[in-house]
Amino acid sequence: MTRYLPYLLAGVLFGLVLVKSEAASWYRIQEMFHFQSFHMYGILFSAILTAAVSIQILRRIEHKRTLDGQSIEIPCKEDGWIHYSLGGLIFGLGWGVIGLCPGPIFALIGTGSVGALIVLAGALHGTWLYGAYKTRLPH
Amino acid sequence: MIEFLSQPWPWYISGPLIGLMVPLMLFIGNRSFGISNNLRHLCAMTQPPEVNVDFFKYDWKEHYWSIVFVIGTALGGMIAGGLLPDPDPINLSIEAMAMIRAWGFDLPAAGVLVPAELFAPSLQNIALLFAGGVLVGFGTRYASGCTSGHAITGLSTLQLGSLYAIIGIFTGGLLASWFLVPLLIA
Repeated sequence: MTRYLPYLLAGVLFGLVLVKSEAASWYRIQEMFHFQSFHMYGILFSAILTAAVSIQILRRIEHKRTLDGQSIEIPCKEDGWIHYSLGGLIFGLGWGVIGLCPGPIFALIGTGSVGALIVLAGALHGTWLYGAYKTRLPH
Repeated sequence: MIEFLSQPWPWYISGPLIGLMVPLMLFIGNRSFGISNNLRHLCAMTQPPEVNVDFFKYDWKEHYWSIVFVIGTALGGMIAGGLLPDPDPINLSIEAMAMIRAWGFDLPAAGVLVPAELFAPSLQNIALLFAGGVLVGFGTRYASGCTSGHAITGLSTLQLGSLYAIIGIFTGGLLASWFLVPLLIA
């Protein structure tokens, strides 16, 4: 059980930030897509910059090990562009309407939002639909 | 302390904290930071044997950590909402406030993150939220990732696929926010 504790704490930190930064707010997402404030762009760009600098530092550390002693590998994604673009477009259409992407769905459920619970039910259904029809989709 | 933390966290604190999730998850257990995969694991755990979709047949027990992580995310949301509630309403820009009023919505009260006009569980809202959720769930798996996995982890590790995904996500978001939202509200 204790080996899951770091994940729980990391998750708590993430949920705290999503709510306290208002990234889990429908209003902030609409404001972002209408270019009416720098707030969300500031969050996204500084997050990417921080992660990129951290990755560059990690790359330069030799014999880097995880908490449980594995050697750290920088994640790599598959080639391709059709499924990334089309999937992204469909995801964006949903995100732009309901203003919640997966992280904020969970954070908002924690604040007691019944609406976010309905979004999660929909998202699980959508995930299942993808799994069921995966072989018939262009990738 | 509580009073200090209860104020909204500025972007230059929140953004770097989110960015640090990438090395943190690598350090904890060589995990690629991304949220949406656990939607797949939740489907895999609950798939009845007679349904039997291949995409959900794998050893999901190896992915307990990602379920623990989102339970933490919900707990974090609970702490933020319950113990550190913002004393003031969201400090939206004047333009955003005007837009929201023009859509016929009330401006958010203190501690409110999503509009009751869309999130109160009426029959119409339930249908809309579920449909939006379906798009998010379907799209994120089709694209193999969401905002965290592609915008944060993918772009920071210079993955070309993530750039395509982000272009798709932003295009979809713009179309939805400029055209679908006004249409659905009317």
